[in-house]
Amino acid sequence: MAEPKIKYDRQLRIWGEQGQAALEKASICLLNCGPTGSETLKNLVLGGIGSITVIDGSKVVLGDLGNNFMLDESCLGESKAKSVCAFLQELNDAVKAKFIEEYPEALIKTNPSFFSQFTLVVATQLVEDSMVKLDKICREANVMLIFARSYGLTGLVRTSVKEHTVIESKPDHFLDDLRLNNPWPELRKFAETIDINVQDPVAHKHTPYVVILLKVAEEWAKIHQGSLPSTREEKREFKELLKSKTIAFDEDNYKEAVEASFKVFSSRGISQDLKQIIDDSQAEVSSNSSNYWVMVAALKDFIANEGGGEAPLEGSIPDMTSSTEHYVNLQKIYQAKAEADFLSIEQRVRNILKKLGREPESISKATIKSFCRNSRKLKVCRYRLIEDEFSNPSITELQKYLTDEDYSVAVGFYILLRAADRFAANYNCFPGEFEGPLDEDISRLKTTAVGVLSDLGCNGSTVTEDLINEMCRFGAAELHAVAAFIGGIASQEVIKLITKQFLISRSPSHAME
Amino acid sequence: MADSVAPPSRSRDLDKLLLRNGNLVGPNFEPGAELRDDLQEYARILVVGAGGLGCELLKDLALSGFKNIDVIDMDRIEVTNLNRQFLFRVEDVGKPKAEVAAKRVMERVSGVNIVPHFCRIEDKEIPFYNDFNIIVLGLDSIEARSYINSVACSFLEYDSDDKPREETIKPMVDGGTEGFKGHARVIMPGVTPCFECTIWLFPPQVKFPLCTLAETPRTAAHCIEYAHLIKWDEVHSGKAFDPDDPEHMKWVYDKAVKRAELFGIPGVTYSLTQGVVKNIIPAIASTNAIISAACALETLKIASGCSKTLANYLTYNGVAGLHIKVTEFVKDKDCLVCGPGVLIELDSSVTLEKFINLLEDHPKLLISRASVSHRGKNLYMQAPPVLEEMTRSNLSLALYELMDKVAKDTIHVTGTTSKDGKKTSCLRKLRVVFKAIDGVTDMDTAGGA
Repeated sequence: MAEPKIKYDRQLRIWGEQGQAALEKASICLLNCGPTGSETLKNLVLGGIGSITVIDGSKVVLGDLGNNFMLDESCLGESKAKSVCAFLQELNDAVKAKFIEEYPEALIKTNPSFFSQFTLVVATQLVEDSMVKLDKICREANVMLIFARSYGLTGLVRTSVKEHTVIESKPDHFLDDLRLNNPWPELRKFAETIDINVQDPVAHKHTPYVVILLKVAEEWAKIHQGSLPSTREEKREFKELLKSKTIAFDEDNYKEAVEASFKVFSSRGISQDLKQIIDDSQAEVSSNSSNYWVMVAALKDFIANEGGGEAPLEGSIPDMTSSTEHYVNLQKIYQAKAEADFLSIEQRVRNILKKLGREPESISKATIKSFCRNSRKLKVCRYRLIEDEFSNPSITELQKYLTDEDYSVAVGFYILLRAADRFAANYNCFPGEFEGPLDEDISRLKTTAVGVLSDLGCNGSTVTEDLINEMCRFGAAELHAVAAFIGGIASQEVIKLITKQFLISRSPSHAME
Repeated sequence: MADSVAPPSRSRDLDKLLLRNGNLVGPNFEPGAELRDDLQEYARILVVGAGGLGCELLKDLALSGFKNIDVIDMDRIEVTNLNRQFLFRVEDVGKPKAEVAAKRVMERVSGVNIVPHFCRIEDKEIPFYNDFNIIVLGLDSIEARSYINSVACSFLEYDSDDKPREETIKPMVDGGTEGFKGHARVIMPGVTPCFECTIWLFPPQVKFPLCTLAETPRTAAHCIEYAHLIKWDEVHSGKAFDPDDPEHMKWVYDKAVKRAELFGIPGVTYSLTQGVVKNIIPAIASTNAIISAACALETLKIASGCSKTLANYLTYNGVAGLHIKVTEFVKDKDCLVCGPGVLIELDSSVTLEKFINLLEDHPKLLISRASVSHRGKNLYMQAPPVLEEMTRSNLSLALYELMDKVAKDTIHVTGTTSKDGKKTSCLRKLRVVFKAIDGVTDMDTAGGA
C-alpha cells in the first residue's frame, strides 16, 4: 500500500526508509502517562513507532484534565493508562498500543525482568531512588532508557545507554571529501586530459574547479621543490596564481577555485575524532563484537594499509560550475574510487567475520557501503550509570558550571531537582506541593540543597534564594506547555537512538523556560 | 493537614504558577485568582496557521489557561500532514485545517472557545488583527510572517519623543521548524526587533541560473527544474503548472528523467522531484511540539507576567546532540516597518492621486496599487469595488484637506511591493509633513485643539 509512504513523506526525507523501518520495529515502554509521558508518545505514535506499552497505576482526577490533552471528562475515575492509551491508538492505527494499570515504582521493585522485552523505556516523572534502580535494570538487560521530567517551569531529559554507535550522524555542515590535497593516480590522470588554458572562452569558464586546483597545485609544486603552499604568504600567492589564470571577469569556476583553495592546503589523513574511534579498545574485535565494531576493525586495517592513512573515499562531489561532460566524468572517477575502497573494506569485513567464527555474509553489502560513505562521520556515545553521576560527579566541572553565568541557572535547577526528591523522601510531599505559606518549605529545601551540594563534594557552594523560591513555587506542578517541550525533546532523542542517525545528547539536558 | 489540600480543580498545576508570588517574574506580575480568571475571560489570542505548529499551539494554549482563541489558515488537510498534525485523521483529508483543528480542541478541552477562519491572512481587514492581545505565528513562509508583522507594527504609535506608546504594542510570538531544528521568538514592536529588523536571518532561497538549467545541467535537481521551469511552459503554452496536481508532477518527473538520461546524470526520483518543485521542508512531530510549547509558554508569560519573557530569539538544534541558544537581537532603528514611519514631505496642494503615484517611485517604498487610510478612515481603497467607487472621488482632492488640515500625521498605506522578483502584500506606516504650513500648525497644536 502506497499510503504510509505518502503519510510519512516529510519524515522519510529526514531519516529514510531504513530509519523508518527501525522505528516500526521498535517497542517502547512508557512509565507514567502524565502530560510529559503522553506527549512523548504522541510524537512517536504519529511517526509510526512499532508498539507502545503505557504503564501507570493512577486514576484520572479533575486536575489531570487541565494539563493532559489525552484525557477528557469521560475519563474521570478511569485508569489513566487505559485512557491515554486509547487516545494514542486513535492517532495511528498502525501502532500496537497496550496499557498496564500498575505503578512503575512497584514494577521496578517486584518485576525487574519485565523491562527486558522492550527496545527502549521512557521513564517520566520518576524520583531519584526509582531512577537509579531502573537504570541498573535496563543497563543489565541492554535496554535503552530515557528519563524525562517536567517540574514547574523547569525540566530534565537524560539518556542512559551503555554504548550508542552511529554510522549516519548526518551533520549539518561537513567538509566534502575531494582529496585535492592527496589525489590518487586516476584523478591526476583525468586532470591531465584537460587543458585549463584552453582558448575557447566557453570551455575556459566551464572547467570544474577541482581540475583547476589540481593543475595549479601541480604547477606550484613544480616551482617549489614538490611542496604545496603552507605559509600564509604562500597561500596568498597561490590564490593570486589562480586569479592570474582567468581570462574574463565572470568566470564563476575560478571564483569557486579561490574559495575552495584551502582544500589543497588542508592536512592529509584522518581526523582526531576518527582516530579515537579506531584506537578504541572495542576495535579489538572478539566473537561477540557488534557489527559496528567489526566494520571499525576493517576500517582501521584499511587506513593502515591500502588507504595510506586516509579513510575510504565518500564518492560524491558537490555541484560546481562545469560543463555537463566534465562534471559527469569527474563524478564517475570519484565513484569508481569509492567503489574500489568499499570492495577493499568489504573484503576485510568478510575476513574478520570468518576469523571470528561468524557467518562472513552476516553484514549486508548495503550496511558496509553506508559505513564506508560515512566513515569520516562515525560517532560513539557512552553514558555512565545514573548512580555514578549522582554519587561520583566531576566536582571541578560542577563547580565551574555553578559559577558560570550561562550555566548557573540550569545547574542550580539540576541540584534543586535532586534536593526536591530528597525533600519528598523525607517529608512525603514535594516542596510547595500543597496550599499554604511557603516559608517553611523554602527553608527546608534550602537545607536539603546544601546537603545535596555537600554530598557532591561542593562544600561552600550554594544555590541562589531566587531559584529555591521558584522551586517551591513550582510545587511539582506539571504544566502542559513545559511537558510538551520536555516530551518533544525526549521523543527526538528516542528517534535518534532507534534510527541510529544523527547524534544524541551527551549530557543531561535542562531547560529553564 | 486536611485544610492544606486544595479542592479538585482543573487548573491544579497552572494555579501554582498564577496564584503564587515568585522572584523571577515579569515586572507586571500580580498573582491571584483574578489573574487566572482574567486570562480566561479577557485574553484573546490569534493563532496564525493551523499546520504542524498551529495544531500544537492550539492544544498548548487551550491547556495554558486561555479560553478565547481564533485560528486562521487557508489550507485544506493533506495526507502528508498526518505524521505530525495530530488533530487530523485520514477521514479529514480535504477539509479546512482551521475548522477541523478548532473543533477537535474544543471537543477535548471543555470551556475553550476557538473561532476558525478558513481564509487567506490578507482577506481579513486590518482592524481584525487589532482585536487580539497577542498574535502567535505558526507559519512556514517568510512572506506570511512579513505580512502579519507589518500589520501588527502598523498598530504601533509613537509619542512626541518617538517613544512607542505601550498600549499600542501588539506582541507577537513566532515559531518555525525544519527537521530537527527550530526557532521561537518574541516580538514586541517598537521594543524588540520586529521580523523585518532581522530579515537577514532568513536568506532568500538560492535559485539555479537559467543557463545552467538550459545548457550545463549537472545534478538531478537541475534536470527537474529544467522540466518544471523551462520545458513546462514550452509545451503547455499558457497553462499554469499546479504543484498539487499529481499529473503535472508526474509530467515534470518524466521529462526530468529523460533529460537526466540524455546527459548521464543520476539521481532523479519522484520524491526528489516533489521536494525540489514544491520546496518541501522536512517536518516531524517532535520538533513542532518543542517549538510550539516554547511559543505557548512565552504567550502565557507575556499575558500573565508569571515569568520573564524570552529575550528575544531562541534557536533549538537537535541534529548533533542538543543545543538551545538564546540570542538578544537588537532593533534596526531605521526599520521601515516598526519604526515611527518613513518621513514624507509634501506640498499642501498635492492630491491623493499624485501621492499614490509618488509611493510607486519612492525608493524606500516602491508600493504599487496603494490603498490609503488616515486615522481609521479610508481615503482611497483599491478593492473591493464598492469601496473603490465610494472613495474614488477623493483622488482629485488635496491630501492635506483629506487629513483634516493636520500639518503632520501618520497615515497607513497598503499595496503590493516586489521583493526578489516576487510580488507581496505589504503595509507601511508613513509620516506625512506638509511643508508650506509647518510653522502655522505647530502654533495651532500648541494652542490646544
